[in-house]
Amino acid sequence: MLRFIALRLVKAAIILIAIVTLNFFLIHAAPGDPAAVMAGEAGAADELFLQQLREQFGLDQPLLTQLWLYLVGVVQLDLGFSYRQQMPVAELIGARLPATLLLTGTAFVISIVFGTLAGVMASARVGKWSDTLISTTALLFYATPLYWVALMAVLLFSVQFNWLPGFGYETVGGNYEGFARVLDIAKHLVLPATTLGLFFMAVYMRMTRASMLEVSTLDFVKTARAKGLKKSVIQRRHIFRNAMLPVLTLAGLQAGQLVGGAVLTETVFAWPGIGRLMFEALAQRDYNVLLGVFFVSAAMVLLFNLITDILYRVVDPRIRAS
Amino acid sequence: MKDFWQRFRRNRGAVIGLVLLLAVILIALFAPLLFPQSPWKMVQRPFLPPFDMGQYPLGTDALGRNVIAGLAYGAQVSLLIGLVSTVVSLAIGIPLGAFAGYFGGWIDDSLMRFTEFFQTVPSFALAIVLVAIFEPSVMSIIAAIAIVSWPPVARLVRGEVLSLRSREYVEAAVLSGQKTSTIIWRQILPNTLSPIIVLASLMVATAILLESSLSFLGLGDPNMMSWGYMIGAARTVIRQAWWLSFLPGLAIVLTVLSLNLIGEGLNDALNPRLSRKGK
Repeated sequence: MLRFIALRLVKAAIILIAIVTLNFFLIHAAPGDPAAVMAGEAGAADELFLQQLREQFGLDQPLLTQLWLYLVGVVQLDLGFSYRQQMPVAELIGARLPATLLLTGTAFVISIVFGTLAGVMASARVGKWSDTLISTTALLFYATPLYWVALMAVLLFSVQFNWLPGFGYETVGGNYEGFARVLDIAKHLVLPATTLGLFFMAVYMRMTRASMLEVSTLDFVKTARAKGLKKSVIQRRHIFRNAMLPVLTLAGLQAGQLVGGAVLTETVFAWPGIGRLMFEALAQRDYNVLLGVFFVSAAMVLLFNLITDILYRVVDPRIRAS
Repeated sequence: MKDFWQRFRRNRGAVIGLVLLLAVILIALFAPLLFPQSPWKMVQRPFLPPFDMGQYPLGTDALGRNVIAGLAYGAQVSLLIGLVSTVVSLAIGIPLGAFAGYFGGWIDDSLMRFTEFFQTVPSFALAIVLVAIFEPSVMSIIAAIAIVSWPPVARLVRGEVLSLRSREYVEAAVLSGQKTSTIIWRQILPNTLSPIIVLASLMVATAILLESSLSFLGLGDPNMMSWGYMIGAARTVIRQAWWLSFLPGLAIVLTVLSLNLIGEGLNDALNPRLSRKGK
């Protein structure tokens, strides 16, 4: 297990280096002077600062030397400086990261729990009207833009019925402490996490349904039926456990999409995470922040993948044996 | 062909999807004839509600622009970008997958590592970075969507080629001295066409969603009216005029849904054995 984790960590490190390299070349591919690109909008930075950047990153030296300097910077957690916000990018992202982790983590749990639940229910009643209803709903969610569902949810639950807050992370000026604060944040979390999870819920539902139906035709399930086991026991112990494996694999792969989707959800709900930071950086042409968020979200995906891989090994003993 | 149509027709959802998509295509094609005025032009007072004035059946937006004209021109952008970016990702993914599957060994290994890298990277974040750095335009949007969407094509084609590679008819072609490129293009790839077609129809749907998300964030081509842009612009006035955000979203849902339904129908029609197993 340790060897496996170590191997995966090495692989993750290689991917991260590749992403940093990609970022580096993107800065150089952007139209205009790389120093101006790093500083923000071309022409907005003063000459002294540009000169300082050129020295720091050796912009007058060969490209490979520059890449090396850039890599060394990232390893020391130096993601550059946001000229616009007058703060190091790493600090900006660090302040926003917990909110994003909370949002994507909750959305992930919601989507996988309700998605598999709906998938199991649909597969148990395959062909009946409840299966049709669940499958059609999933198809609809699958075709709906994330940000639009979010907007419509705000319109309905926040503006129209005033049930849930549709804006921000906690009540501004609420000054809640302890448990009351947790409850306040949880209330603010409901709409963003649910709307972010909907699309993935649809994906997991379809996958679970297909997987359950496929496993239920296998020989060991026939044996279980022939033994006279109760239908619910077969569903739960024989089919579900095996059907979950491909769903877990997919969930690990989809984690990246979840992090990307957070940009849209956080923009709509003014959720103070790195996705919102990315949106603000877009408007200000703050490329250092943009690339920093891209790098950190890729790191988050790798982390999600590692966790699902470990979970996978815990769930399926056959992998450990081989 | 007749067989194909009969199997496709058996899937009721797919037929509905086909009708819907044809309607969207017609609207996109005839947009300049139906609405000769530019969708960016102010034609009436702002916030004209729908069904109030016969000339502007869906009302006007915050700047007094004709909403229905915007929707029609938006259909052009969505379909154009969805289609072209899918073609580009096929052009990247098919050769990569074919080489990896046919040659195997270190070529396969390195090409698949390359593919894996693009699958791990959060695709939407990468698309945002690419479009932002190369300035939003139809070209940069198409390129960005293609760059983040080709990996599934490469993996699919690789798998198919890998299994066809050892078939007897391919070995016969090798023995008869055909060129490698001829074997790949003439003998193997035609047999991988049906799963590629199914995947491509679903990719057009995903590309349309991606384009709309980019233009919602303000990364659309500034010269083209698109559905995502309309929603993004109406977001701040959602309390006064909810329909301005609602209508373009509905257009996106219907278009994407129709493509997904068609994809399922194509799957039933092209891989009849596979689809029956699932039911």
